[in-house]
Order: sequence, then structure tokens, then C-alpha cells
Amino acid sequence: MTGTTTGTALGAPAERREGRQKVTGAARYAAEYALPGRTHAWPVPAAVARGRITAVDTSAALALPGVLAVLTHTDAPRLAEPEDGTLAVLQGPAVPHRGWCAALAVAETPEQARAAARAVRVTYDTAPHDAELTEDHPAGYEPEQAGGQPGRAEYGDPVAAFAGAEVRVDVTYRIPPLHNHAMEPHATTAQWDGDRLTLYTSTQGGTTVRSVLARLFRLPEEDVTVVAEHVGGGFGSKGTPRSDVVLAAMAARHTGRPVTLAHPRRSLPTVVGHRAPTVQRLRLGAHPDGRLTALLHEVTTHTSRVKEYVEHAAGVSRVMYATPNLLSSHHVVPLDVPTPSWMRAPGHASGMYALESAVDELAHALGMDPVELRLRNEPEREPVSGRPFSSRHVVECLREGARRFGWAGRDPSPGVRREGPLLIGTGVAAATYPAMVSPSTASAEARPDGTFVVRVNAADIGTGARTVLAQIAADALGVPLDRVRTEVGHTDLPPAPMAADSSGTASWGWAVHEACTRLAAHPEEGPTVRADTTGKADADSPYARHAFGAHFAEAAVDTVTGEIRVRRLLGIFAAGRILNARTAHSQFTGAMIMGLGMALTESSTLDPAFGDFPEADLASYHVPVHADIPDIEADWIDEHDTHLNPMGSKGIGEIGIVGTAAALGNAVHHATGIRFRELPLTPDRILAGLLSERRR
Amino acid sequence: MTSAHEPGQHSEVTLRVNGKPHTLLVDHRRVLLDLLREDLDLTGSKKGCDHGQCGACTVLVDGRRLNSCLLLAVTLDGSEITTVEGLGGDGEEPHPLQRAFLDRDAFQCGYCTPGQLCSAVGMLAEAAAGHPSHVTDPAAPSGRPVALDRPEIRERMSGNLCRCGAYPRIVEAIEDVI
Ligand code: FES
Ligand code: FES
Repeated sequence: MTGTTTGTALGAPAERREGRQKVTGAARYAAEYALPGRTHAWPVPAAVARGRITAVDTSAALALPGVLAVLTHTDAPRLAEPEDGTLAVLQGPAVPHRGWCAALAVAETPEQARAAARAVRVTYDTAPHDAELTEDHPAGYEPEQAGGQPGRAEYGDPVAAFAGAEVRVDVTYRIPPLHNHAMEPHATTAQWDGDRLTLYTSTQGGTTVRSVLARLFRLPEEDVTVVAEHVGGGFGSKGTPRSDVVLAAMAARHTGRPVTLAHPRRSLPTVVGHRAPTVQRLRLGAHPDGRLTALLHEVTTHTSRVKEYVEHAAGVSRVMYATPNLLSSHHVVPLDVPTPSWMRAPGHASGMYALESAVDELAHALGMDPVELRLRNEPEREPVSGRPFSSRHVVECLREGARRFGWAGRDPSPGVRREGPLLIGTGVAAATYPAMVSPSTASAEARPDGTFVVRVNAADIGTGARTVLAQIAADALGVPLDRVRTEVGHTDLPPAPMAADSSGTASWGWAVHEACTRLAAHPEEGPTVRADTTGKADADSPYARHAFGAHFAEAAVDTVTGEIRVRRLLGIFAAGRILNARTAHSQFTGAMIMGLGMALTESSTLDPAFGDFPEADLASYHVPVHADIPDIEADWIDEHDTHLNPMGSKGIGEIGIVGTAAALGNAVHHATGIRFRELPLTPDRILAGLLSERRR
Repeated sequence: MTSAHEPGQHSEVTLRVNGKPHTLLVDHRRVLLDLLREDLDLTGSKKGCDHGQCGACTVLVDGRRLNSCLLLAVTLDGSEITTVEGLGGDGEEPHPLQRAFLDRDAFQCGYCTPGQLCSAVGMLAEAAAGHPSHVTDPAAPSGRPVALDRPEIRERMSGNLCRCGAYPRIVEAIEDVI
């Protein structure tokens, strides 16, 4: 790779460019475009887990004041068949899961639309459903692909090696379904002007929304405009378009009026995807000196009948540790359930919880320090692929974290540190997340007044894309940061991939860097230079490219109430060059907080009787609140990696969540001496564990 | 379809929002949050849940912080409402807390931010007026201003969710203005 940036803007803690708009309330989100004549749509969720709609009685709804229409599968616009089956809404009578859109009410005001939706009477022909994930489910199968990788990877003779290992751990970890719950609900405002469609939508990728919607409505892409100026979080659930975009566009087409559809909070778990539950069996075999002889990581998870999504939790075992014998496999069961999808660090957050908990169990079985055990199993190359790492500094993260946390001299004995009713413990876990990048386009324009404008249809979902892209541009142009303006979030801008897989900044930034570098070197090509990184960003790399990290946690477990309070959380990351110290810090800590939620508070259930999530709202699904969050420290080590992109950066949006839950779980074991193997670690489970331990 | 308004389902209310009086005919089902967002195009107040569970819609009603999604507009005749758009008053300068949020990077996506800001302003007034919280020392004399250490701030701000996890920075920003 050629060309590195040399200026002073990169890495600086530049303030978010849209910050002022966000703190004054001026920033507009998708539902906030009050177009003239704008109306509101409200979905009617299917009330059965499986079956067919036999009739939709809309008469009572249509008689209500202000109601413009009720769309049903018989009269909604016909779509081209989508690649993503979750978008085929109102196209037929089949109900693949509870909460599937059965009808859509459109009215002048949100109140009228809600009342109309409630007045719609849907009758169903109900079929028996199955929403219960079991490990030996007869419908289970091994998927070909999991997270873009083969569903199964195996070398050596893992089963025999494990059987013959001197020290063995054979444990099973469970994670329930989890919900993204971005604070801004999925929302779209749609408007047709003849056959041209404009969408204001909450998305992680406007270019993707345009191409998907153009296909569905059989339009040329240039006739679809997508605006996503501010996006209230996504965490994976707004990566590809969800049903709100399609339904809003249909309703606007049907009524001839602009329509806003904001999914009610209670619908989000059902309609926007969830982190699929996993049952993960880990078998680790080791020599007494700690070196692994076998690693088997087998994941069972579910998907819906609408499409196959595999929570690729076993993938992490192909990256983390040196072992002569490996099995990493997935087993997926299609059920009559809502469709799972990406949630922050998909695959990795779940997989590393199980793997890093099992490694802690192995350390305990060996009587070895868990940091030391990890150091002993550092691979020289990526285990399955055999490729060298472009950079891998997990050892440095563990050492630096241990130093900062005061790990040295830690008494490994579990259950011995008491403060009155409290038991105190500390834990560690490693983290990894792939450093991905996709082709993007971007343009750079030199203005007569000496300023520059950089344009790319990036999505700023809270990452600070505008700011960091300006920093990349300023350094490539060799000008001060305040001379560069960035435009993002509109399909009139050069097309770009979505903000997902922690690859947004690397992908957009590469194109911005290239456009700016060329403009600086050849001003005569200007005033506007356009770059396209196709062929470069997607070129095969001879390197395995991943970010790494280490998490350290201290927890206090109340033996009377069962409550766990986190006292300290430290994350040290090796994620390439950090492009904006201020926003990077916020992303790392924010993800660690989501990891704390995964460990301690967040829990959902698929009710087998109803086939849906009872914990659908924010009162019953507990995302962490202020009072749950202690002082959190996140930092990084300087990592110079020339095999990534011209900035030398890895993505940072997801790695922060990856090791948090395991570090906390390991701290709880160190505190109590009890190994809890099912998340979240809620007081009821802790108390039950403490009681049964006492009875022994 | 019938007409948008039916008699007996709407009433007139007058309220002051950010210092300006507004008289509106409101649907009895309309909550303050929707009045702000739909009728007045004051979209700074956010709808996160519409159920009083997230705090994104927090505004000040007669100086008290309240979830505007839980307040029927028709009950608020004569009220004085301050939203995030009005925190800074008439001037160009933002409220010191808004400045502190910028300085501390106390947000990412920004969707919870207006609610956090209004909630913090209300919270500071509550503490100054001596309202205790769950973590206030029960032995503290009642009615005196409560000193806001981190546990107090965290406890009192716990009605405002932030899925981006900006909590530590929000607490620091609040400390900056105490
Ligand atoms: S929108 Fe009012 S509390 Fe969530
Ligand atoms: S800043 Fe995104 S929810 Fe708080």
C-alpha cells in the first residue's frame, strides 16, 4: 500500500461538526421532515405466530376521522421480489411470524393512524408453530455460510485430541436474544413526485436503501433520492433497509401524500432484527503448561423462516488462539420467529463471550493466571487461513491493561474477597473484530476561496463521520482542518457502502483520501476530483486483518440481593491508527457499556406459546442506565499497520463490546467462585447460584 | 374517510413554549411531545418510546422536568414549556450545559441528547431545592441543597437512556456546570 497521511489533523480530538445542531435540537432525523400535506402510517402487527390472513375488515378503521387508507395484502402496491424476504410486506396472506405486518393504516395525524390500526380486524387461519430453540431440534442443519465464512472449519483431529488432553474444559454457554434498540426508532418519511421517490430515512447506508428500493419499485436508481442526514443510532439494525422504508413508500404511493412511518418501540424487536440466541459448547484441551491441544467451538442458533441469518459466533475461534486441532461449527434451526440480524459485533460479541469465559475456566483448571494463559497461546499466523496478521497486538493490550488495572499480584482464589455482604472479583478477556473495508467513491472540490468540499454518501450514525472524513481530507490536502467541509447522508453525493462491520470510515476515508491526494498533486484535474476505490479496497489481501483488545473488569456481588455492581471497566485496544481521539474514545466506551448491558441487564425471551418477545419495550428490556455505569477507562496502543488502507486505520465501532461480557462474567466467578454460564447475570440467577452453593 | 376533526374530540389550549404563546385546537389524544413536534415543528424533543420509558422526550414544564410523551396536551392550558430549542434563551450562545456537552463529547447519535439536557437542567434545580434521591444520605438535613457527586448525578439521570453509551461523558458535562 502506498501513501500515508502526514498532516496534523488525523488523530486530533476534533469536535463533532454536527455537535452544535445536536445539542440545540436543530438536527433533523427521519420522522422530522414535515413535508406539506404529510400524513402518518401505523402498522397492524399480525397476532398469530404462523398462518394465513383470511380476511381484513377495514370498515371500522376507514370510518374513523382523518383516516385516508388501510393497505392490505390485496391492494398494496406489488413489489418486485426482494432479495431480503423481510421486505416483502403486504405481498401475500402468509404470516411467517407474530408481528409481521398484516395491514397498514394511513391517516392525517399519528393519533388517527394509531386508532385506525387498532380498529382493523384481521382474521387468520392459524397453523401450528414452533418457536423453541433446542440443541437437538430435528430441523437443525449446518449452514454453508456463517457471517460470510464457511459454516464449519476444522483441521487436525479435534475430537480425539480433546479426549486425550491432559487438562480439559467442556462447558456450554447460553446467550438469550438481544435487541439493538437504537434510541431513534426505525422511521421513514416518503414522498412521490410522479415516479420519483424521495425517502428521508434512518439508515446506516443510503446508497443501499436507494438500490434496494429502486429494485422493489422497479425504478431507475436515479429516480430514488435517499436523505439520511442524522441517524439516531443503528448498531447493525439499520444496515440494510427495514420494512419502514418499504411501507412508507407504499403508503405514499397509495395515498398520493407524503407519509411518515415510525415503528412503535414495542414493534422494533420483532421487525428490525435481533441478536439471535446462541447455545455454545466449548471444549478446550491443554497441556499442563497451558498450551492448547484442542479447541472445539460449536454453536447452535436459530433463524426465521423468512430468511437464513446465522449468528456466526464460532468464527472467533478461527482467529484467536494457536491450536493443533480445531473445530468451529454452526448449527442453525429455522423457526417461526422474527428474523434475526446484525447487532453490534454480530457473531463476535456472542462468540467471544463463550470462548473467553471458557479460557478463564481453563486457566482456573490449570491453576494458571488467565493473562498468562492467553499469552502462551498466541498464534504466529491466523489459525485456519494460515495467513500472517497484518498486525496483532493483543499481547500488548493484555500487558498494558494488566499494568493499568493493577493485575499483578492478584490472588486467583475465587470467592475470598469480602466487604460485608459483598464479594469482590476481577476478570479479564481478550477481544477481536475483523478490520474490513469495501469499495467507495468520493469527490473533493477545490473552491475559489481556498476551501475544499469533500462529498461522499456516508452515514453518520453517531460515529462522527463528517468530522473524521474532514480530518482525513485535510491531511491528504495538506490544509488546516477548518478549510474542509464534508457533505454526507444524501444520494446526490458519490455512492458509498454502509456504516457496518466497523468498515465505514476505512471505506469512505480511503476514497476521500484518494480524491484529496490527487487533487493536491494535480490541481489542474480540479476543481473536482472523483475517486473510486473499486479494485483496491476489495482486492484480496495476503494478510489476516483484525483489531484486537483486552478488557479488565472489577465487580462487586451483593450476596443478599444478588445484585452485581461494576466497579471498574478498562478496555485497551489495538485498532490501527486512531483517527479522532475524542470520538474514538466515545465509541470504545459506548460499546463497552453495551457489553455491560449484555452481561448484566439485557435479556429477551422467545415465548414458545406466542412466538414473540414479551420483553418488547424499554421497561422490560433493560438497557443500561446512568446508575449502572461506573467510571470507564478506554485507551489504545499506537499501532502502525501499512496493510490496511492509506490511513492505517481499523474499525472501532464494535470491538469495544466484544470482550466486555466475558471479562465481567469472569470477574463474577472470581468474586463468588460460581460459574454462571447463562447471560444476563441478573440478581435472580446470582441468588439462586449462591443459595445452591451454600447448600452444598 | 370522514373529516379530520370531529366535534367533542378537540379542545383549545394556550401554552407558552420557549417564551412564546401558542393557542391551538388539539386532539384530546395528543400528547405534549406530538404537539411540539407536529404542531409547532419543534422537533428537538425526541420520541424514543412514546411510553415514558426512555426520557428522550424530556422537557421542562413550569420548570419541572417531565416526559412530554406522557402529558396530554389538553391538560396543560396555561403551562410554560421549555424545550431544548429554548434552553439557551434568546441569545446566540448555547446554554452552558449545551457547551459542556460539546466540550465533553457527551453524545454520539444525538437522539437522546435533548432529553438528557432538559433532564439535567431540571435535575440541577431539584437538587438545589433539596429534593433527595435514592442515594442521598438519609441523615442529610432536609430542604437543603444536595451536593451532587457522581452517584447522585447518575441516580438522578437514570430516567434518560442513551443507547450510544455516552453516560460517562454526560456525567462529566453535568459536573462541569455545577
Ligand atoms: S419518548 Fe417519552 S419517555 Fe420515551
Ligand atoms: S447519543 Fe445516541 S442515544 Fe445517546
